[in-house]
Amino acid sequence: MSELTNKEIGEKGCCDIIEIKGLNKWYGDFHALKDIDLNVKEGEIIVVCGPSGSGKSTLIRCVNFLEKFQEGSILVDGTELTDDVKKIRQVRSEVSMVFQHFNLFPHLSIIDNLTLAPIWVHHETKQEAREKALKLLDRVGIKDQAEKYPNQLSGGQQQRVAIARSLCTSPKIMLFDEPTSALDPEMISEVLDVMIELAKEGITMLCVTHEMGFAKKVADRVIFMDEGQVIEQNTPEKFFENPESERLQLFLDQILTQ
Amino acid sequence: MATYSLKETKQPPKSQTKAVLWLKDNLFSSVTNASLTFIALYIIYLLLPPILNWTIFDANFDLTADNDSCGREGACWSFINANFKMFIYGFYPQEELWRVNTMFGIIAALVALGSLLKSSQYRAHFIIGSFLIYPVVAFVLLYGGLGLEIVETDKWGGLTLTVVVAAVGIIASFPLGILFALGRQSEMRVVKFISVVYIEFVRGVPLITILFMASVVLPLFFSAGMDFDKLLRALIGITLFQTAYIAEVIRGGLQAIPKGQYEAADAAGLSFMQKTMLVILPQALKISIPNIVGSFIALFKDTTLLLIIGLFDMLAIVGAATSNSNWLGRDTEGYVFVAMVIWVILYSMSRYSKRLEVRFSTEHK
Ligand SMILES: Nc1ncnc2c1ncn2[C@@H]1O[C@H](COP(=O)(O)OP(=O)(O)OP(=O)(O)O)[C@@H](O)[C@H]1O
Ligand SMILES: [Mg+2]
Repeated sequence: MSELTNKEIGEKGCCDIIEIKGLNKWYGDFHALKDIDLNVKEGEIIVVCGPSGSGKSTLIRCVNFLEKFQEGSILVDGTELTDDVKKIRQVRSEVSMVFQHFNLFPHLSIIDNLTLAPIWVHHETKQEAREKALKLLDRVGIKDQAEKYPNQLSGGQQQRVAIARSLCTSPKIMLFDEPTSALDPEMISEVLDVMIELAKEGITMLCVTHEMGFAKKVADRVIFMDEGQVIEQNTPEKFFENPESERLQLFLDQILTQ
Repeated sequence: MATYSLKETKQPPKSQTKAVLWLKDNLFSSVTNASLTFIALYIIYLLLPPILNWTIFDANFDLTADNDSCGREGACWSFINANFKMFIYGFYPQEELWRVNTMFGIIAALVALGSLLKSSQYRAHFIIGSFLIYPVVAFVLLYGGLGLEIVETDKWGGLTLTVVVAAVGIIASFPLGILFALGRQSEMRVVKFISVVYIEFVRGVPLITILFMASVVLPLFFSAGMDFDKLLRALIGITLFQTAYIAEVIRGGLQAIPKGQYEAADAAGLSFMQKTMLVILPQALKISIPNIVGSFIALFKDTTLLLIIGLFDMLAIVGAATSNSNWLGRDTEGYVFVAMVIWVILYSMSRYSKRLEVRFSTEHK
């Protein structure tokens, strides 16, 4: 594993906002994450890639404690993740997640999807939450759909709503789990464009994706995982041009020739 | 680059809607279908004339006729007329009947109002509010108090009693059923265990047994001499019974909610209560509506078992009315009438639930 100096990863922020140390996670007997150490600086954009089943989702789902882990520690913005419900909710109120299958709430209108957490978790008034939600919908280009229900929108629109929803709570950290891989090809770029905009604004992003164009454009660091381990991490230039391990070489060949 | 012209969009071919074609498609599409059609027609031919003769052509519609002048070939509908009040109100005192009518009137008004409300948010408030306030109003109206004369529950009967028992069973079992459904899904072992045992025990026992237990066993828990209202015992029994079924129906709805919904709610930082009340339950209940209504309909039918523990629901009124020497032997008229009334009520319930379903699916699809 290569150690990176601050210089190489582009001098972002001063402090680690996520600190993962010696993380081990098992599903039953299956060892899904093996000794993961990972620090993320404030404002850093990290892309995680790797073959299917390598533990990418598991890793980022540990960060907001959607998955419990057995060994190691995770600190998010200074709060250590334990079984303590209060701490978990504290972390979750600062960390937002965008899912592969959007996971919008189908029984709520788009606007209600967006205002749910601000009203109930962040105790904003309906009026405040609504105004902010409309602004965000405008930003992702679907303001006029506010009163519709999720299944009335296309996949790309739904995912943009999901991104707006996760921005509604002004999170410090955004987690993305393959946000474009359930989309029809012609809708991928509309979602990626929104994500690129976000990345430029200095929000911390931890993003599982195989969109290498996206990684090259905005990532500060790309991480390659296989069999539950972090095999290699590097700046996008070095990651794609000079992969150190054979496995990454192979992986890149595969996805780039697709 | 090759160029090509876009094809014009055309109307679909006219569908042939002639009656003959409909018959061909629906009744005679194959040999099997055709023979089934003929068999069904033959059965109708056998059954319909005697039924029509008894209920209409040979029947006596003179509403003042007495049992003897009525004749025996066909139905004697004056029996229903003469006993109508008993069918509807049981033995409720004549001069207090307006109270029962008011109770029914309010139900009708609430249903009408509820379906007029357009905004789904106000509708939810309205429905929850009605469910909280109406039972109290109905109880005071029927039982008395607040200046109204007390009418003991042994005077209640007929359709009134049927509606009261079904309504109490429905309203009380609904929140309890939700609790047990959630309990059965709970990660807390004790809660889960209690829920499973309760649900499986009750579902393994027929209602009639539960009613007997409620009327015989329940009083044992209370100090001797304390008079434990018979109706109250039945209500407790019915509620315990219905709770288990509603719990299972709602659990089915809960299981249909994808894992992603729980995760999205968790990831947003919602608490367990918020997640359950705002995200999971609304969806689970919506899915369960047809089955919930089905279960309520079954309960409504089951109220006819009340006569076995000595309460006078509508079915028991038939017996009471025909044991009067003026109306000996008119049981058939009574049962047919009761069947018709119950059918009308159940059919309306099931239509109403269909409408709810359609409305929900157009709202959210
Ligand atoms: N709930 C679970 N129970 C048991 N095993 C699981 C569970 N979730 C994931 N796994 C296993 O853990 C491993 C890592 O899964 P994970 O979902 O993190 O992979 P991934 O890298 O995200 O793959 P993909 O690209 O397919 O999403 C896989 O082998 C998977 O089978
Ligand atoms: Mg995954």
